[in-house]
Parts: sequence; C-alpha cells; structure tokens
Amino acid sequence: MAPILEIKNLYKSYGSLEILKDINISIDKGDFLVLVGPSGCGKSTLLNCIAGLEDISGGSILIDGHDMTHVSPKDRNIAMVFQSYALYPTMSVAKNITFGMKVRGVDQATQKRKLDEVAKQLQIEQLLNRRPGQLSGGQRQRVAMGRALVRDPKLFLFDEPLSNLDAKLRVEMRSEIKKLHHNLGASMVYVTHDQIEAMTLATKIVVMKSGVLQQVGSPAEIYNRPANLFVADFMGSPAMNLIPAKVTCDASSSRIEIARPDADPLVLVDQSNGDLPEDVIIGLRPEDIVEAGYRSGQNVQTATCHVDMVEPAGADTFVVSHLGGKEVTARLHAETQATPGQDLNFAFDLAKVSYFEPDTGRRLN
Amino acid sequence: MTDIPFQPRRSNTSRLFLRVLLYVLIALFALYYLMPLFVMLTTSLKSLEEIRTGSLIALPRDITFEPWQKAWSGACSGVTCEGLRPYFWNSVLLAVPAVLISTLLGAINGYVIAQWRFKGANLIFSAMLFGCFIPFQVVLLPMARVLGIMDIAGTISGLIFVHVVYGIGFTTLFFRNYYVTIPQELVKAAKVDGAGFFRIFWAIFLPLSLPIIVVTVIWQFTQIWNDFLFGVSFSQAGTQPITVALNNIVNSTTGVKEYNVDMAAAIIAALPTLLVYVVAGKYFIRGLTAGSVKG
Repeated sequence: MAPILEIKNLYKSYGSLEILKDINISIDKGDFLVLVGPSGCGKSTLLNCIAGLEDISGGSILIDGHDMTHVSPKDRNIAMVFQSYALYPTMSVAKNITFGMKVRGVDQATQKRKLDEVAKQLQIEQLLNRRPGQLSGGQRQRVAMGRALVRDPKLFLFDEPLSNLDAKLRVEMRSEIKKLHHNLGASMVYVTHDQIEAMTLATKIVVMKSGVLQQVGSPAEIYNRPANLFVADFMGSPAMNLIPAKVTCDASSSRIEIARPDADPLVLVDQSNGDLPEDVIIGLRPEDIVEAGYRSGQNVQTATCHVDMVEPAGADTFVVSHLGGKEVTARLHAETQATPGQDLNFAFDLAKVSYFEPDTGRRLN
Repeated sequence: MTDIPFQPRRSNTSRLFLRVLLYVLIALFALYYLMPLFVMLTTSLKSLEEIRTGSLIALPRDITFEPWQKAWSGACSGVTCEGLRPYFWNSVLLAVPAVLISTLLGAINGYVIAQWRFKGANLIFSAMLFGCFIPFQVVLLPMARVLGIMDIAGTISGLIFVHVVYGIGFTTLFFRNYYVTIPQELVKAAKVDGAGFFRIFWAIFLPLSLPIIVVTVIWQFTQIWNDFLFGVSFSQAGTQPITVALNNIVNSTTGVKEYNVDMAAAIIAALPTLLVYVVAGKYFIRGLTAGSVKG
C-alpha cells in the first residue's frame, strides 16, 4: 500500500532564504503525524506546502500515491483547520460547513445530509444558525473541525489548532481530536510547538529546527532515544538533564566522571556502554534520577548529591542539584523528605541514559 | 509612602457651571457654522424686493418658492434659460457610475494588494498612494490629450473616466487598509474549500465590506459631485455638471443680481451630498473606526 503522504527531498526558499531543507517524510494511512519545533522552524510552512498554499522550490509531494506537487489545494483531497479557525465571518455555521460543497457543486440534499452528520458528530446542531462572532472559542474550534470533516478528505491538516484556547479547553479539545482520529481512522498532519501535545496525539513525530528535520519517530523513540541534543532538550518537561562528563572506557563498560562544585567528582559506572569518546554529554530524564531505593535494575547506580532546591509539584517533587556545571533535576515521589542543603542518596538509572557528542550534538549510543 | 494631601472634591455647583459653559460654547460654534446656511435658506425664500429693503439675517416676511422654481428650471446661463435641471441630471449620470466603478475597482485592488501578495505589490500600492497626492491641475493637459485620443472628450463618459482614474488611488487605499486587517488564513481556508479568486471576493470579502463601502461611496460621491475643475475643463455645452452650471448662472446674470435665485441654486447643488451624509453618516463613523474593533 502506498503511503498516504510522501514528501521527497522538499526544498522551500523565499529568495535566497532557505526555509525548508531536504525534507523527507512518509506516513501510512491512519497515521497521526505531528510536526513539532520552536517557532520559526518552518513547520507551518511545511504544512502549507503539503496543502498547496505555498509553492515549493524543489522536491515532490505525493498524496495517496498521486503526485500533487503542482496541484492546486482544492484538488489535493485535503482539509485544513487553521490556528485562527478562519471561519467565514458573514456566513452562518451551517453555511461555513457547506461552503466547500457548494463551491464544488454538490447537490442540496447531500449537503444537508452531510451537514447533519457532522453537526451530530461534533455536537454543534444547536449552533448551525449562528454566526462565528456569536460563538465561544471552543465552539469555533468545533465548527472549524466540522468544515474539515464534511470534506471526508484523504488527509487532515491542522495548523496549531489549539493554541488560541485556554489551558483547560485545550486539554479537552486535545483528547477530542485524539478520539476523532481513533474513530475515523483518518490520516492527519498536525503542527504544534507544544511538545506535550505532540507526545499525546502523535503516532509519529517529526522534530524540526531551522528548516531541517532533526528526528522522525514514534513518540516513545523520540522521548527515550533522542537523536541529538536539540531533540533531547526540546522534548519533555521538565527537560532532559544534559550533563557534561569525562569518560574512561574499557571493553564493555564506561566510567563516567561528573565534576561537582566543592566536592569530589561524581562517578558512575555504565555496565552496558563501552567505546565512548573522552568528552561526552550525558542525558538523563528527571524521572530516571530518583531517591535511592526507589529504582532497581541492572544498571542503576547510586551516588550522594547535594540538594539545592526542592519544588513540590503535587504528584511529584522535583529536586535540583548542581552537577557538571548544570542544574540537574530529579523527579522524586511526592512524600520525599528531601530538604534544601541536605545531602541525599540518588539512584541514576543508566539503562535509560543517552550519550551525545558535545561538538555536533549527535547521539552516541 | 508619601502622604496624599486631602483634596476636596469639586462641588456640584461648580461642576454644573462648567457643564453649562461647555454647552454654551458648543452652541455658539454650532451657530457660527450654521449662520451661512441660515442666510442662504432665508434669502432663497425672500423676494428680490425684500432682499433689497430688509436685513440680511432677518426671516422672510412673505415666503416665496419662486426663486427655487427659477433656479431649478428657468435661470439663465449664457443664452440658455433652462435652470439647473439638465445639469443636475448630468451630474447624477456622471457621479453614480463614476462612484460605483471606482468603488468596485478600489475594492478589487485593495483585495489583491492586501490578500494576494505578489512581487511588487508594495511598490504598486505606493504608486497608487502617490497618485492621491497629485494635484488636479497637473493632470489637466495630459488628460485632455488622452480623452481626445479615446474620442470621449467633452462627453459624460469622458468625465466618468477622469473621475474613475483619479478616484482609484483613494478607493484602493481605503479597501487595502480595511482588508489588511483580515487574517490571511481566511483566503487560505477558502482556497482549500475550492473557491477561486473572484468567488472568494464575492462570497467572503464583499459581504464583510459594508462599512468601508459606505465610507468610500460617501468620499467619492462628495468628491465627484463637488468637483468643478474637471467639470469645467472636460465638458462642453450640454454635458456640464451642476457645479459648472451653478457658476455660470451666478456669474452670467445681466442686469439685476438675483441673490435669491443664486442661493436656491447653490442649495440645490449641495443637497445630494448632504443627503448622502444624512442617510449613510452613521456607517461613515463606523467605517472609519472599523479595523480597530475586532469581531
């Protein structure tokens, strides 16, 4: 089966400014692809290129096996939801949803039937005669989705659809989109700068930075095995601890030395990774540094560190310490007795560790 | 902390006094501005006899509509004595199409410049903006030449053409500034929905534009109706607009100066613009402040 969306060697530039460089992505039917990255990384431009709203400077875009590189948006069999919703302000909700069908010359009876279907699905039946100006943010969001759903497209495109909503509504709509994806089995491409949104929604994540793909993979892959320092730092909250360290290796294990202020270096021995360069940056997620005794496993090492700060966050308590010149955050259970200024025994789960090359940021293990 | 000195609130009587003073001032200014209109109106309702003998600002003793009738259909300009009537219709025939065409073109221009960005869009917009500031006198001779080449010199169509060309700069400016506040995503959404350039314009942008259409129509109508220079330069006997005819009537009387007829004629010439303001004035203010308020 041909992938539903295939992007090959895509380039996009405005004059001499290159916005997107050599983008290659392929997703299968039913995939939920999330494009994530900091603002200005080109993710929205990429989405506009997929929609055909922006011309591309090189490469090709295939939708369901057909070359769509030079096809106009209306013939690409896509539907798009915009950040500002872009509802037609002078039309009623019903007209907003049926406008596309009207333009394509779909007959009245079909329009009515599809409108009713979608309105029921999104629970906006009672809003059909209202104008967009009379709707709340969440309702507008639903109407915008209705306009996309009614098209029954091969591919749904979402351009930061939740960023105009307040925090509570955003979480609600997020799970609603996820449900929708599940129920429809539709293929979706979703742009966001919110890495939590990316993690919760995606079956596949693309992390971008300055127009270049950093990593493509499942949420678990991206989270557990980031391809470089940028991805490691960008995904996850609080961010992954990235600590400069010195390594001495023998055949199968590595002795990791992390400098500490006013104390001997912290030494950890990784039993399963050998063959590392002398200078590395080790990456450990906060949840992989816990209070000693709360984690067991082959490759768990304990060491005593100075506690600088304690931040209770309800479900967990975050403890900050200084290692290798960086603030290192550990995620402890909520009932921890840790207090600032105290020395505490930590367990470092080296089964989850990532190593990066300091100069290139590339992943080493 | 610094001590805040105790400040007595201004007493009610002094506040009332200031309020009254304000209203008196406003009334005085209003009176000052309305005075000429009052003199025109009263004079136009007096007989010549009464004008000669009475005071300028006195109310008419015997109201007569004869001057109005004469101004409308009997006053002489040069050799013809048909009053303002034929010229009034000339102006209507000239102003209505010119306003409609220039407004529509301005709307399309503004739509393109604001929403369909293309290379050089800003340059073209600046050039149009510059066109707004070219004085009328500068274009007189070249325009006369162009009208000659197009074979519409001295016709109402020729005057319509002149006013449309001269008006496009302003109308484009109005619509561009209005449309630039509308998010570009609207066009994108419509494109994905399959609508084309004109479909998006008709179905989405024009219905949004009522306030700015009203502003543009008022502006253009006032400009075109009140224009004298183009009217006197590019018309000939029979195609003159009302402003030119008014001038001819007032300036070409032989013998006694008929002030009452002149005043009536002037009021007739000014009535349509007044009417447009009264009918559409409410939208005018709304249109001017539109864009600052988002729906």
